[in-house]
Amino acid sequence: MTATLDFVAFIGRAVLAALRVVGEVSLFAIEALSHLLRPPFFWRQFTRHFVEVAYFSLPVVALTALFTGMVLALQSYVGFARFNAESAIASVVVLSVTRELGPVLAGLMVAGRIGAAMAAEIGTMRVTDQVDALTTLSTDPMKYLVAPRLVAATLAMPLLVVVADVLGVMGGYLIGTLKLGFVAETYIVNSWSVLEPMDVISGLVKAAVFGFVIALMGCWCGYASKGGAQGVGQATTRAVVSASILILALDYALTAAFFS
Amino acid sequence: MSAPDRGGHGPERESAAQPAPPKIRLRGLRKAFGSKQVLDGVDLDVRARHSMVILGGSGSGKSVTIKCILGLITPDEGLVEVDGQDVSKLSRRDRAAIMDRTGMLFQNGALFDSLPVWENVTFKLLAQKRVTRTAARDVAAEALAQVGLAASVGDLSPSELSGGMQKRVALARAIAAKPDIVFFDEPTTGLDPIMGAVIDGLIVDVVERLGATAFSITHDMASARRIGDDAAMIHKGRIVWNGAADSLGHTGNAMVDQFANGEREGPIQMELRK
Repeated sequence: MTATLDFVAFIGRAVLAALRVVGEVSLFAIEALSHLLRPPFFWRQFTRHFVEVAYFSLPVVALTALFTGMVLALQSYVGFARFNAESAIASVVVLSVTRELGPVLAGLMVAGRIGAAMAAEIGTMRVTDQVDALTTLSTDPMKYLVAPRLVAATLAMPLLVVVADVLGVMGGYLIGTLKLGFVAETYIVNSWSVLEPMDVISGLVKAAVFGFVIALMGCWCGYASKGGAQGVGQATTRAVVSASILILALDYALTAAFFS
Repeated sequence: MSAPDRGGHGPERESAAQPAPPKIRLRGLRKAFGSKQVLDGVDLDVRARHSMVILGGSGSGKSVTIKCILGLITPDEGLVEVDGQDVSKLSRRDRAAIMDRTGMLFQNGALFDSLPVWENVTFKLLAQKRVTRTAARDVAAEALAQVGLAASVGDLSPSELSGGMQKRVALARAIAAKPDIVFFDEPTTGLDPIMGAVIDGLIVDVVERLGATAFSITHDMASARRIGDDAAMIHKGRIVWNGAADSLGHTGNAMVDQFANGEREGPIQMELRK
Protein backbone atom coordinates (compact mmCIF):
# COMPACT_ATOMS: atom_id res chain seq x y z
CA MET A 1 0.00 0.00 0.00
CA THR A 2 2.80 2.39 0.98
CA ALA A 3 4.67 1.59 -2.22
CA THR A 4 1.55 2.36 -4.25
CA LEU A 5 1.09 5.69 -2.48
CA ASP A 6 4.75 6.55 -3.00
CA PHE A 7 4.38 5.80 -6.69
CA VAL A 8 1.24 7.95 -6.96
CA ALA A 9 3.00 10.74 -5.06
CA PHE A 10 5.98 10.46 -7.42
CA ILE A 11 3.71 10.72 -10.48
CA GLY A 12 1.86 13.64 -8.89
CA ARG A 13 5.08 15.53 -8.18
CA ALA A 14 6.32 14.95 -11.73
CA VAL A 15 3.05 16.19 -13.23
CA LEU A 16 3.03 19.28 -11.00
CA ALA A 17 6.65 20.03 -11.89
CA ALA A 18 5.85 19.67 -15.59
CA LEU A 19 2.82 21.94 -15.27
CA ARG A 20 4.90 24.53 -13.44
CA VAL A 21 7.45 24.57 -16.26
CA VAL A 22 4.69 24.86 -18.87
CA GLY A 23 3.23 27.78 -16.91
CA GLU A 24 6.60 29.49 -16.57
CA VAL A 25 7.42 29.12 -20.26
CA SER A 26 3.93 30.33 -21.25
CA LEU A 27 4.19 33.44 -19.07
CA PHE A 28 7.69 34.05 -20.41
CA ALA A 29 6.40 33.84 -23.99
CA ILE A 30 3.41 36.10 -23.28
CA GLU A 31 5.62 38.73 -21.66
CA ALA A 32 8.08 38.61 -24.53
CA LEU A 33 5.30 38.92 -27.11
CA SER A 34 3.71 41.80 -25.22
CA HIS A 35 6.92 43.77 -25.81
CA LEU A 36 6.31 43.55 -29.55
CA LEU A 37 3.27 45.74 -29.05
CA ARG A 38 5.12 48.39 -27.04
CA PRO A 39 7.93 50.53 -28.46
CA PRO A 40 10.84 50.67 -28.72
CA PHE A 41 11.71 47.65 -30.87
CA PHE A 42 15.41 46.91 -31.14
CA TRP A 43 15.80 46.59 -34.91
CA ARG A 44 19.56 46.16 -34.78
CA GLN A 45 19.15 43.20 -32.46
CA PHE A 46 16.47 41.76 -34.76
CA THR A 47 18.70 42.16 -37.82
CA ARG A 48 21.67 40.58 -36.08
CA HIS A 49 19.69 37.50 -35.05
CA PHE A 50 17.82 37.24 -38.35
CA VAL A 51 21.14 37.10 -40.20
CA GLU A 52 22.46 34.62 -37.64
CA VAL A 53 19.51 32.28 -38.14
CA ALA A 54 18.71 32.73 -41.82
CA TYR A 55 22.16 33.23 -43.33
CA PHE A 56 24.64 31.44 -41.10
CA SER A 57 22.42 28.36 -40.75
CA LEU A 58 22.15 27.99 -44.53
CA PRO A 59 25.13 25.64 -45.07
CA VAL A 60 24.09 23.09 -42.45
CA VAL A 61 20.41 23.16 -43.48
CA ALA A 62 21.27 22.99 -47.19
CA LEU A 63 23.60 20.02 -46.81
CA THR A 64 21.15 18.19 -44.55
CA ALA A 65 18.30 18.69 -47.03
CA LEU A 66 20.39 17.74 -50.06
CA PHE A 67 21.64 14.48 -48.59
CA THR A 68 18.24 13.63 -47.12
CA GLY A 69 16.63 13.99 -50.57
CA MET A 70 19.35 11.81 -52.09
CA VAL A 71 18.99 9.08 -49.46
CA LEU A 72 15.20 9.22 -49.68
CA ALA A 73 15.28 8.61 -53.46
CA LEU A 74 17.76 5.78 -53.07
CA GLN A 75 15.87 4.04 -50.26
CA SER A 76 12.50 4.51 -51.97
CA TYR A 77 13.85 2.93 -55.13
CA VAL A 78 15.06 -0.15 -53.23
CA GLY A 79 11.64 -0.59 -51.60
CA PHE A 80 9.38 0.42 -54.51
CA ALA A 81 11.21 -1.72 -57.05
CA ARG A 82 9.82 -4.80 -55.27
CA PHE A 83 6.31 -3.68 -56.30
CA ASN A 84 7.21 -2.18 -59.69
CA ALA A 85 6.30 1.24 -58.29
CA GLU A 86 9.51 3.06 -59.13
CA SER A 87 7.55 5.81 -60.86
CA ALA A 88 6.22 6.95 -57.48
CA ILE A 89 9.68 7.91 -56.23
CA ALA A 90 9.50 11.50 -57.47
CA SER A 91 6.14 11.97 -55.72
CA VAL A 92 7.36 10.43 -52.49
CA VAL A 93 10.46 12.62 -52.42
CA VAL A 94 8.68 15.89 -53.13
CA LEU A 95 5.83 15.27 -50.67
CA SER A 96 8.09 13.94 -47.91
CA VAL A 97 10.50 16.83 -48.22
CA THR A 98 7.97 19.66 -48.41
CA ARG A 99 5.53 18.33 -45.83
CA GLU A 100 7.86 16.73 -43.28
CA LEU A 101 11.56 16.38 -43.80
CA GLY A 102 12.30 19.94 -44.86
CA PRO A 103 10.78 21.68 -41.83
CA VAL A 104 11.61 18.97 -39.28
CA LEU A 105 15.24 18.44 -40.24
CA ALA A 106 15.84 22.17 -40.67
CA GLY A 107 14.19 22.68 -37.27
CA LEU A 108 16.38 20.09 -35.58
CA MET A 109 19.53 21.49 -37.18
CA VAL A 110 18.65 25.06 -36.20
CA ALA A 111 17.71 23.91 -32.69
CA GLY A 112 21.20 22.46 -32.32
CA ARG A 113 22.88 25.51 -33.72
CA ILE A 114 20.80 28.54 -32.81
CA GLY A 115 18.89 27.27 -29.76
CA ALA A 116 22.18 26.32 -28.11
CA ALA A 117 23.79 29.64 -29.04
CA MET A 118 20.87 31.66 -27.67
CA ALA A 119 20.83 29.73 -24.39
CA ALA A 120 24.60 30.02 -24.01
CA GLU A 121 24.70 33.75 -24.78
CA ILE A 122 21.78 34.74 -22.56
CA GLY A 123 22.89 32.29 -19.85
CA THR A 124 26.37 33.81 -19.81
CA MET A 125 24.84 37.28 -19.67
CA ARG A 126 22.68 36.15 -16.77
CA VAL A 127 25.53 34.73 -14.67
CA THR A 128 27.84 37.68 -15.38
CA ASP A 129 25.25 40.31 -14.34
CA GLN A 130 24.82 41.61 -17.90
CA VAL A 131 21.06 40.97 -17.73
CA ASP A 132 20.85 43.00 -14.51
CA ALA A 133 23.03 45.64 -16.15
CA LEU A 134 20.41 46.01 -18.90
CA THR A 135 17.78 46.79 -16.26
CA THR A 136 20.01 49.40 -14.63
CA LEU A 137 20.49 50.93 -18.09
CA SER A 138 16.72 51.46 -18.36
CA THR A 139 16.32 48.63 -20.86
CA ASP A 140 13.95 45.74 -20.29
CA PRO A 141 15.92 42.52 -20.90
CA MET A 142 12.81 40.83 -22.33
CA LYS A 143 12.46 43.60 -24.88
CA TYR A 144 16.16 43.71 -25.78
CA LEU A 145 17.18 40.06 -25.55
CA VAL A 146 14.09 37.92 -26.07
CA ALA A 147 11.57 39.68 -28.32
CA PRO A 148 13.97 40.31 -31.26
CA ARG A 149 15.21 36.70 -31.13
CA LEU A 150 11.67 35.31 -31.17
CA VAL A 151 10.69 37.40 -34.19
CA ALA A 152 13.96 36.74 -36.02
CA ALA A 153 13.75 32.95 -35.66
CA THR A 154 10.03 32.85 -36.50
CA LEU A 155 10.57 34.78 -39.73
CA ALA A 156 13.89 33.20 -40.73
CA MET A 157 12.90 29.55 -40.44
CA PRO A 158 10.39 29.56 -43.32
CA LEU A 159 13.08 31.03 -45.58
CA LEU A 160 15.46 28.27 -44.58
CA VAL A 161 12.77 25.68 -45.24
CA VAL A 162 12.17 27.04 -48.74
CA VAL A 163 15.86 26.43 -49.42
CA ALA A 164 15.66 22.99 -47.75
CA ASP A 165 12.64 22.08 -49.89
CA VAL A 166 14.37 23.04 -53.12
CA LEU A 167 17.62 21.28 -52.23
CA GLY A 168 15.87 18.18 -50.87
CA VAL A 169 13.91 17.77 -54.09
CA MET A 170 17.06 18.48 -56.06
CA GLY A 171 18.88 15.74 -54.15
CA GLY A 172 16.18 13.25 -55.14
CA TYR A 173 16.29 14.50 -58.73
CA LEU A 174 20.08 14.09 -58.95
CA ILE A 175 19.96 10.50 -57.68
CA GLY A 176 16.88 9.71 -59.77
CA THR A 177 18.38 10.96 -63.02
CA LEU A 178 22.09 10.29 -62.57
CA LYS A 179 22.01 6.99 -60.69
CA LEU A 180 18.58 5.39 -61.09
CA GLY A 181 18.09 6.15 -64.77
CA PHE A 182 14.96 8.34 -64.67
CA VAL A 183 14.34 10.71 -67.56
CA ALA A 184 14.80 14.23 -66.25
CA GLU A 185 11.61 15.66 -67.74
CA THR A 186 9.52 12.75 -66.44
CA TYR A 187 10.96 13.11 -62.96
CA ILE A 188 10.15 16.83 -62.89
CA VAL A 189 6.64 16.32 -64.28
CA ASN A 190 5.96 13.56 -61.74
CA SER A 191 7.17 15.78 -58.93
CA TRP A 192 5.24 18.85 -60.04
CA SER A 193 1.98 17.04 -60.76
CA VAL A 194 1.48 15.76 -57.20
CA LEU A 195 2.56 18.93 -55.43
CA GLU A 196 -0.30 20.98 -53.96
CA PRO A 197 0.09 24.50 -52.54
CA MET A 198 -0.97 23.16 -49.13
CA ASP A 199 2.04 20.81 -49.10
CA VAL A 200 4.40 23.77 -49.21
CA ILE A 201 2.28 26.06 -47.05
CA SER A 202 1.96 23.48 -44.27
CA GLY A 203 5.73 23.06 -44.26
CA LEU A 204 6.28 26.80 -44.02
CA VAL A 205 3.77 27.16 -41.19
CA LYS A 206 5.54 24.34 -39.37
CA ALA A 207 8.84 26.11 -39.96
CA ALA A 208 7.56 29.35 -38.42
CA VAL A 209 6.21 27.48 -35.39
CA PHE A 210 9.47 25.56 -35.00
CA GLY A 211 11.46 28.79 -35.27
CA PHE A 212 9.39 30.34 -32.50
CA VAL A 213 9.81 27.26 -30.30
CA ILE A 214 13.58 27.11 -30.85
CA ALA A 215 14.04 30.77 -29.90
CA LEU A 216 11.60 30.50 -26.99
CA MET A 217 13.34 27.51 -25.43
CA GLY A 218 16.79 28.97 -26.10
CA CYS A 219 15.88 32.27 -24.47
CA TRP A 220 13.96 30.75 -21.57
CA CYS A 221 16.65 28.20 -20.68
CA GLY A 222 19.33 30.89 -20.90
CA TYR A 223 17.29 33.37 -18.91
CA ALA A 224 16.62 30.85 -16.14
CA SER A 225 20.21 29.63 -15.91
CA LYS A 226 22.25 30.14 -12.78
CA GLY A 227 25.39 28.91 -11.09
CA GLY A 228 28.17 29.84 -13.49
CA ALA A 229 29.67 27.80 -16.32
CA GLN A 230 28.00 24.57 -15.25
CA GLY A 231 24.60 26.25 -15.16
CA VAL A 232 25.12 27.72 -18.62
CA GLY A 233 26.13 24.30 -19.95
CA GLN A 234 23.01 22.72 -18.49
CA ALA A 235 20.86 25.50 -19.94
CA THR A 236 22.34 24.91 -23.37
CA THR A 237 21.64 21.19 -23.23
CA ARG A 238 18.12 21.78 -21.94
CA ALA A 239 17.41 24.27 -24.71
CA VAL A 240 18.41 21.87 -27.49
CA VAL A 241 16.71 18.81 -26.00
CA SER A 242 13.45 20.57 -25.14
CA ALA A 243 13.26 22.35 -28.51
CA SER A 244 13.93 19.09 -30.38
CA ILE A 245 11.24 17.20 -28.49
CA LEU A 246 8.76 20.03 -28.94
CA ILE A 247 9.52 20.16 -32.68
CA LEU A 248 8.71 16.46 -33.06
CA ALA A 249 5.57 16.70 -30.91
CA LEU A 250 4.32 19.83 -32.66
CA ASP A 251 5.10 18.27 -36.03
CA TYR A 252 2.59 15.53 -35.25
CA ALA A 253 0.00 18.02 -33.99
CA LEU A 254 0.37 20.30 -37.02
CA THR A 255 0.33 17.38 -39.46
CA ALA A 256 -2.88 16.14 -37.85
CA ALA A 257 -4.36 19.63 -38.07
CA PHE A 258 -3.45 20.11 -41.74
CA PHE A 259 -4.02 16.70 -43.25
CA SER A 260 -6.36 14.59 -41.14
CA MET B 1 20.29 55.51 11.83
CA SER B 2 21.65 58.61 10.16
CA ALA B 3 25.29 59.50 10.21
CA PRO B 4 26.33 62.96 11.36
CA ASP B 5 26.34 65.60 8.64
CA ARG B 6 29.84 65.97 7.22
CA GLY B 7 29.13 68.05 4.20
CA GLY B 8 30.17 65.34 1.79
CA HIS B 9 31.57 65.79 -1.67
CA GLY B 10 28.55 67.78 -2.74
CA PRO B 11 28.47 71.56 -3.04
CA GLU B 12 25.55 72.06 -0.68
CA ARG B 13 25.99 71.69 3.05
CA GLU B 14 22.75 70.81 4.79
CA SER B 15 21.33 72.82 7.61
CA ALA B 16 21.98 71.22 10.99
CA ALA B 17 18.64 72.50 12.29
CA GLN B 18 16.56 70.90 9.55
CA PRO B 19 18.35 68.06 7.80
CA ALA B 20 17.36 67.39 4.23
CA PRO B 21 15.30 64.24 3.65
CA PRO B 22 17.44 61.24 2.75
CA LYS B 23 17.96 60.42 -0.91
CA ILE B 24 17.52 56.72 -0.15
CA ARG B 25 15.69 55.40 2.88
CA LEU B 26 15.50 51.74 3.87
CA ARG B 27 13.27 50.53 6.67
CA GLY B 28 12.85 46.98 7.92
CA LEU B 29 14.17 45.45 4.70
CA ARG B 30 13.96 41.66 4.83
CA LYS B 31 14.80 39.07 2.22
CA ALA B 32 15.22 35.31 2.50
CA PHE B 33 16.36 32.78 -0.07
CA GLY B 34 14.85 29.49 1.01
CA SER B 35 15.65 29.04 4.67
CA LYS B 36 18.53 31.54 4.58
CA GLN B 37 17.54 34.96 5.92
CA VAL B 38 19.91 37.25 4.02
CA LEU B 39 18.43 40.61 5.04
CA ASP B 40 16.89 40.70 8.49
CA GLY B 41 15.51 44.20 8.92
CA VAL B 42 17.90 46.66 7.28
CA ASP B 43 17.34 50.31 8.33
CA LEU B 44 19.48 52.91 6.59
CA ASP B 45 19.39 56.52 5.39
CA VAL B 46 21.62 57.76 2.57
CA ARG B 47 21.99 61.53 2.45
CA ALA B 48 21.65 63.36 -0.83
CA ARG B 49 24.96 64.27 -2.49
CA HIS B 50 26.92 62.21 -0.02
CA SER B 51 28.84 59.01 -0.48
CA MET B 52 27.64 56.07 1.64
CA VAL B 53 29.78 52.95 1.90
CA ILE B 54 28.33 49.67 3.16
CA LEU B 55 30.88 47.33 4.66
CA GLY B 56 30.44 43.69 5.40
CA GLY B 57 31.90 40.26 4.91
CA SER B 58 31.01 37.83 2.18
CA GLY B 59 27.39 36.72 2.42
CA SER B 60 26.44 39.50 4.84
CA GLY B 61 23.74 40.89 2.51
CA LYS B 62 25.53 43.83 0.87
CA SER B 63 24.79 42.88 -2.72
CA VAL B 64 21.20 41.89 -1.93
CA THR B 65 20.66 45.30 -0.34
CA ILE B 66 21.82 47.10 -3.46
CA LYS B 67 19.73 44.81 -5.68
CA CYS B 68 16.64 45.50 -3.56
CA ILE B 69 17.13 49.24 -3.96
CA LEU B 70 17.57 48.87 -7.71
CA GLY B 71 14.50 46.65 -7.99
CA LEU B 72 16.52 43.71 -9.31
CA ILE B 73 15.28 41.70 -6.32
CA THR B 74 11.92 42.16 -4.65
CA PRO B 75 12.25 42.29 -0.86
CA ASP B 76 9.96 40.07 1.24
CA GLU B 77 9.19 42.96 3.59
CA GLY B 78 10.21 46.52 4.24
CA LEU B 79 10.36 49.93 2.65
CA VAL B 80 12.67 51.24 -0.06
CA GLU B 81 12.26 54.97 -0.66
CA VAL B 82 14.12 56.98 -3.28
CA ASP B 83 13.54 60.74 -3.11
CA GLY B 84 10.70 60.10 -0.70
CA GLN B 85 8.89 57.73 -3.09
CA ASP B 86 8.13 54.16 -2.04
CA VAL B 87 9.48 52.31 -5.07
CA SER B 88 7.22 49.29 -4.49
CA LYS B 89 4.17 51.49 -5.13
CA LEU B 90 5.48 53.19 -8.24
CA SER B 91 4.09 52.55 -11.71
CA ARG B 92 6.36 50.99 -14.32
CA ARG B 93 6.88 54.45 -15.85
CA ASP B 94 7.79 56.13 -12.53
CA ARG B 95 10.14 53.30 -11.66
CA ALA B 96 11.76 53.68 -15.08
CA ALA B 97 12.13 57.41 -14.40
CA ILE B 98 14.10 56.63 -11.25
CA MET B 99 16.23 54.13 -13.17
CA ASP B 100 16.92 56.83 -15.78
CA ARG B 101 18.57 58.90 -13.02
CA THR B 102 20.58 55.96 -11.73
CA GLY B 103 23.95 54.52 -12.67
CA MET B 104 25.45 51.24 -11.54
CA LEU B 105 29.00 49.89 -11.58
CA PHE B 106 28.89 46.10 -11.28
CA GLN B 107 31.57 44.13 -9.49
CA ASN B 108 32.79 42.40 -12.66
CA GLY B 109 31.95 45.32 -14.95
CA ALA B 110 29.11 43.43 -16.69
CA LEU B 111 30.07 44.96 -20.02
CA PHE B 112 28.18 43.61 -23.01
CA ASP B 113 30.52 41.29 -24.92
CA SER B 114 28.66 41.69 -28.18
CA LEU B 115 29.08 45.47 -28.33
CA PRO B 116 32.20 47.63 -28.74
CA VAL B 117 33.23 49.82 -25.84
CA TRP B 118 31.67 53.02 -27.21
CA GLU B 119 28.27 51.33 -27.53
CA ASN B 120 28.61 49.93 -24.03
CA VAL B 121 29.33 53.40 -22.65
CA THR B 122 26.42 55.07 -24.44
CA PHE B 123 24.02 52.13 -24.20
CA LYS B 124 21.38 53.90 -22.14
CA LEU B 125 21.47 57.03 -24.30
CA LEU B 126 21.20 55.02 -27.51
CA ALA B 127 18.45 52.76 -26.19
CA GLN B 128 16.39 55.78 -25.24
CA LYS B 129 17.28 57.58 -28.49
CA ARG B 130 18.67 60.50 -26.50
CA VAL B 131 21.59 60.69 -28.93
CA THR B 132 22.18 59.58 -32.51
CA ARG B 133 24.76 56.87 -33.17
CA THR B 134 27.09 59.48 -34.65
CA ALA B 135 26.81 61.77 -31.63
CA ALA B 136 27.12 58.79 -29.29
CA ARG B 137 30.73 58.31 -30.32
CA ASP B 138 31.56 61.83 -29.11
CA VAL B 139 29.63 61.25 -25.87
CA ALA B 140 31.52 57.99 -25.37
CA ALA B 141 34.85 59.71 -26.01
CA GLU B 142 33.97 62.35 -23.43
CA ALA B 143 32.93 59.75 -20.83
CA LEU B 144 36.04 57.68 -21.52
CA ALA B 145 38.20 60.80 -21.08
CA GLN B 146 36.61 61.37 -17.67
CA VAL B 147 37.91 57.96 -16.57
CA GLY B 148 41.32 58.48 -18.14
CA LEU B 149 40.89 56.43 -21.30
CA ALA B 150 41.62 57.46 -24.86
CA ALA B 151 38.81 57.77 -27.38
CA SER B 152 40.43 54.99 -29.42
CA VAL B 153 39.52 52.52 -26.66
CA GLY B 154 35.92 53.00 -27.79
CA ASP B 155 36.48 50.85 -30.85
CA LEU B 156 37.79 47.88 -28.86
CA SER B 157 35.75 44.94 -27.66
CA PRO B 158 35.42 44.48 -23.86
CA SER B 159 37.30 41.18 -24.13
CA GLU B 160 40.36 43.08 -25.41
CA LEU B 161 40.62 45.15 -22.21
CA SER B 162 42.49 44.45 -18.98
CA GLY B 163 40.53 44.15 -15.71
CA GLY B 164 41.37 47.73 -14.72
CA MET B 165 40.35 49.10 -18.11
CA GLN B 166 37.09 47.14 -18.00
CA LYS B 167 36.36 48.71 -14.63
CA ARG B 168 37.03 52.17 -16.02
CA VAL B 169 34.79 51.52 -19.01
CA ALA B 170 32.07 50.24 -16.67
CA LEU B 171 32.48 53.43 -14.64
CA ALA B 172 32.24 55.51 -17.81
CA ARG B 173 29.02 53.64 -18.69
CA ALA B 174 27.61 54.26 -15.21
CA ILE B 175 28.14 58.02 -15.47
CA ALA B 176 27.56 58.63 -19.20
CA ALA B 177 23.89 59.50 -18.73
CA LYS B 178 24.77 61.89 -15.87
CA PRO B 179 22.87 60.08 -13.10
CA ASP B 180 22.12 61.64 -9.74
CA ILE B 181 22.49 58.34 -7.86
CA VAL B 182 25.39 56.01 -8.60
CA PHE B 183 25.79 52.53 -7.11
CA PHE B 184 29.17 50.84 -6.88
CA ASP B 185 29.34 47.11 -6.22
CA GLU B 186 32.81 46.18 -4.94
CA PRO B 187 34.52 48.74 -7.20
CA THR B 188 38.08 47.64 -6.41
CA THR B 189 37.66 43.87 -6.14
CA GLY B 190 40.12 42.00 -8.34
CA LEU B 191 42.34 45.02 -8.95
CA ASP B 192 45.88 45.59 -7.75
CA PRO B 193 46.22 48.23 -4.97
CA ILE B 194 47.43 50.97 -7.31
CA MET B 195 44.64 50.40 -9.83
CA GLY B 196 42.20 50.18 -6.90
CA ALA B 197 43.35 53.61 -5.71
CA VAL B 198 43.04 54.97 -9.27
CA ILE B 199 39.47 53.68 -9.55
CA ASP B 200 38.61 55.13 -6.13
CA GLY B 201 40.03 58.48 -7.19
CA LEU B 202 37.94 58.39 -10.36
CA ILE B 203 34.83 57.52 -8.37
CA VAL B 204 35.33 60.45 -5.98
CA ASP B 205 36.07 62.72 -8.90
CA VAL B 206 33.06 61.80 -11.05
CA VAL B 207 30.64 61.76 -8.11
CA GLU B 208 31.82 65.23 -7.14
CA ARG B 209 31.57 66.47 -10.70
CA LEU B 210 28.04 65.08 -11.13
CA GLY B 211 26.93 66.23 -7.70
CA ALA B 212 25.50 62.75 -7.31
CA THR B 213 24.64 60.55 -4.35
CA ALA B 214 26.94 57.52 -4.21
CA PHE B 215 26.08 54.17 -2.64
CA SER B 216 28.94 51.70 -2.55
CA ILE B 217 29.42 48.26 -1.09
CA THR B 218 32.85 46.93 -0.41
CA HIS B 219 35.00 44.93 1.95
CA ASP B 220 38.10 46.88 0.97
CA MET B 221 38.78 49.19 3.94
CA ALA B 222 41.22 51.44 2.11
CA SER B 223 38.67 51.93 -0.63
CA ALA B 224 35.89 52.62 1.91
CA ARG B 225 37.93 55.38 3.54
CA ARG B 226 38.81 56.92 0.19
CA ILE B 227 35.36 57.04 -1.37
CA GLY B 228 33.04 57.30 1.62
CA ASP B 229 31.62 60.25 3.56
CA ASP B 230 29.39 57.96 5.60
CA ALA B 231 29.78 54.28 6.30
CA ALA B 232 27.63 51.52 7.67
CA MET B 233 28.40 47.94 8.51
CA ILE B 234 26.05 45.09 7.72
CA HIS B 235 26.37 41.79 9.53
CA LYS B 236 23.99 38.85 9.29
CA GLY B 237 21.47 40.96 7.40
CA ARG B 238 21.36 43.89 9.82
CA ILE B 239 23.06 47.26 9.99
CA VAL B 240 25.19 47.01 13.14
CA TRP B 241 26.94 50.36 12.87
CA ASN B 242 26.55 53.63 11.00
CA GLY B 243 28.89 56.60 11.18
CA ALA B 244 31.58 58.66 9.52
CA ALA B 245 33.79 56.81 7.05
CA ASP B 246 36.97 58.44 8.35
CA SER B 247 36.34 56.97 11.81
CA LEU B 248 36.65 53.41 10.48
CA GLY B 249 39.17 51.43 12.50
CA HIS B 250 38.56 53.38 15.69
CA THR B 251 34.79 53.53 15.93
CA GLY B 252 34.51 51.92 19.34
CA ASN B 253 32.24 49.28 17.83
CA ALA B 254 33.97 45.93 18.33
CA MET B 255 32.57 44.40 15.15
CA VAL B 256 33.52 47.32 12.92
CA ASP B 257 36.95 47.67 14.44
CA GLN B 258 37.63 43.94 14.08
CA PHE B 259 36.52 44.08 10.43
CA ALA B 260 38.37 47.32 9.68
CA ASN B 261 41.60 46.10 11.24
CA GLY B 262 41.29 42.59 9.80
CA GLU B 263 41.55 40.88 13.18
CA ARG B 264 40.93 37.18 13.48
CA GLU B 265 39.62 37.32 17.04
CA GLY B 266 36.52 39.32 17.89
CA PRO B 267 32.75 39.24 17.90
CA ILE B 268 32.59 38.25 14.20
CA GLN B 269 33.24 34.56 13.88
CA MET B 270 33.81 33.06 10.47
CA GLU B 271 31.57 30.07 9.91
CA LEU B 272 33.93 27.33 8.80
CA ARG B 273 32.79 23.84 7.91
CA LYS B 274 34.82 21.09 9.56
